[in-house]
Amino acid sequence: MSFVEYGDTIKEGDTAVVFLGHESMFPVKVQDGGKTQTKYGVIRHSTDLIGKPYGSKVTCSKGGWVYILHPTPELWTLNLPHRTQILYSTDISLITMMLELKPGSIVCESGTGSGSLSHAIIRTIAPTGHLYTVEFHQQRAEKAIEEFREHKVDHLVTVKNQDVCKNGFGVTNVADAVFLDIPSPWEAIGHAKSALKHEGGRICSFSPCIEQVQRTCLALKEHGFTEINTSEILLRVYNVRTISLQIPDLGKAVKEDNSSAAAFDRGNQSNQDAPCAASPQPGTVQFKSSVPLREMVGHTGYLTFATKSLF
Amino acid sequence: MEEGRGHVILEGDWAVLKKDEVFKAVAVLRRRKIIFEKQWFYLDNAIGHIYGTTFEVTSGGSLQPKKKVEEAATETKEAGTDNRNIVDDGKSQKLTHDDIKALKDKGIKGQEIVQQLIENSTTFRDKTEFAQDKYIKKKKKKYEAIITIVKPSTRILSTMYYAREPGKINYLRYDTLAQMLTWGNVHAGNKMIVMETCAGLVLGAVMERMGGYGSIINMYPGGGPVRAATNCFGFPDSFFHTLYDFPLSKVDTVLSGTFSSKILPSEPEDSIAVAEDSNGSGDDKQQSMQDADMECSTVLAMESNQLEEQEAVDIPTEGEAFDSNKAKGTVCDKQKKQEERRKKLIESAALLKNKDADGLIIASRFHPAPLLLSLLELVAPSRPFVVYCQYKEPLVECYTKLRERGGVINLKLSETWLRSYQVLPDRSHPKLMMSGGGGYLLTGITVINEAIKTGDNTEQAANEPTSKKRKLEEHL
Repeated sequence: MSFVEYGDTIKEGDTAVVFLGHESMFPVKVQDGGKTQTKYGVIRHSTDLIGKPYGSKVTCSKGGWVYILHPTPELWTLNLPHRTQILYSTDISLITMMLELKPGSIVCESGTGSGSLSHAIIRTIAPTGHLYTVEFHQQRAEKAIEEFREHKVDHLVTVKNQDVCKNGFGVTNVADAVFLDIPSPWEAIGHAKSALKHEGGRICSFSPCIEQVQRTCLALKEHGFTEINTSEILLRVYNVRTISLQIPDLGKAVKEDNSSAAAFDRGNQSNQDAPCAASPQPGTVQFKSSVPLREMVGHTGYLTFATKSLF
Repeated sequence: MEEGRGHVILEGDWAVLKKDEVFKAVAVLRRRKIIFEKQWFYLDNAIGHIYGTTFEVTSGGSLQPKKKVEEAATETKEAGTDNRNIVDDGKSQKLTHDDIKALKDKGIKGQEIVQQLIENSTTFRDKTEFAQDKYIKKKKKKYEAIITIVKPSTRILSTMYYAREPGKINYLRYDTLAQMLTWGNVHAGNKMIVMETCAGLVLGAVMERMGGYGSIINMYPGGGPVRAATNCFGFPDSFFHTLYDFPLSKVDTVLSGTFSSKILPSEPEDSIAVAEDSNGSGDDKQQSMQDADMECSTVLAMESNQLEEQEAVDIPTEGEAFDSNKAKGTVCDKQKKQEERRKKLIESAALLKNKDADGLIIASRFHPAPLLLSLLELVAPSRPFVVYCQYKEPLVECYTKLRERGGVINLKLSETWLRSYQVLPDRSHPKLMMSGGGGYLLTGITVINEAIKTGDNTEQAANEPTSKKRKLEEHL
């Protein structure tokens, strides 16, 4: 396995994802002789994991079972150890498309943070692209380097420990795209411009506050960027549920009431393609519905995109 | 890859014209009249310039590269503070309609017309600075004939299709497409199955992300895949070498193991597909470009009746291509092509037979449930799949059926909202209009389905602690 290449079977040194159910999962580094505790008991790497195909059901010591999944940047994003606030896949998707990333792209990023976006970028630009990522916090930079090596993608990324606002990305005229997720992106726009290829490229800046966006847009304009656009993307997740609603008693005679509820039931069913499950209780109607989550993420950050063009 | 010929506009390229937020994909051909946003011009002069160059349309339809000009600051920065004394009497503009038309007919530059309009507006100086800004912007948009020529990309083409011809791509908004590519973990080296009826836009997006590495099996309904949008990307020929087609109607034979190359689609279908096949390769490029160009520029008309329109547009053009093939080709040629096609079909079937695809992407006008239930059989375990549907209800049904079937985890039904902002000093706010809907996605991950594989799941289930079982059944 690697984060940029699928493998069929679990091998020593792999990072696998243990899936316990209902978005409860965690990553595990597969080691000969290693053991992992789950709430369903212990998993012994040598016998339970190594050599098994990804996607297998593994029975734990207490008889419960889990699925072992191949790592992807999306699963990593949900499971990585947070060292900073991270970007999630909804924003990452839009960033990747709007920056026009593809195999071979050269990308500059700052800060590296916890490496959530970095993994997604590396996946997309492999096998011929490269990511130059800048992180001014030394421990975070070192931890990122270690993770990239563990995930076998270190040949596709260079981590620099410096201040992007003062020292830039350490490369000039090479990048197809630049991504900024720093507190004062407007101070890095000049460096971003010089990191981008002479003939142009795309830039994106992520900021939670509108005041930051305001200053960034002004800086982009001053540096001659065009197509400056700011947008925000929200993910709405739905739970699929069987709902059962009671038929109100409008005071009709008992016998009649039962039959009219049944008639309503039948009518409702024949209107639908998928027949509803027979109502367990008389006087109720059942149907499948998709219900929005009671709480959802209302704001992550504004995404400002722009183009550097030759003129 | 495309690095070498990358950034200069060449004859035969696919390019995208851009004016403000409006896009149009065109083939760059000499002496060919292009109509875009009520202007007509030729692209001859654009050839040799770098992508991203802005041009001014001059009389006679030629394009002149426009240098960046310093915004002609209105010499006297006079402005009002509010509009208490501005009365709409309809007489503030001293130039009449005819005057403006005369200016235009004289071939005066748009920039100068805007200047004249400002000078002849009696209320301009009383407007607030912001209102003056807005006035100039509006007039510039109307009178300045400026277009930019950009290189096609998923970003540009998906935005263009959603704005111009959403019915052809089943109202798949570009941010939804972005989610599909990410949740499908589309990247170089994958073996992807793509089933779409989005004019080939989704296929093109997947091809861009795979960069010519790996393979794609494009399932198609009817006589052949529609590739109008795919062609607009201008991919190098090498990208088409690892693109395989497979007729949807033969999927069952692959699943049951009864597939045989002898059961090829019948004669007329066959020839259509031959013509389609050649779209990607060199000899019919001109023809296919024109087809796709037509397709790209057909305006919104089809919204009302998608199916009929699609046939009306696609079948005749395919027919044309076939006719021209027939005209120049001999019987021998035809046989050769058929043989090639048969070979490619056998290759496609072989790729599918292993049932080890790295992902499945579905975005079509068909009911997604039967597609999903069949095509998932061809995907390896621990791989992501993504189903798009314009409507939510069919995906609720998919969700329920997949739960019954098993072999999938982490099912998620979702939708994204996209909101755009105006960001200007002291005037930042969300834009007035936003898109009401960009479709829904059902995503998940395949796992080894023991219920189907071993058939002893009842015994196994009985061995499991009931609490765990219940928990998993509720949530998995």
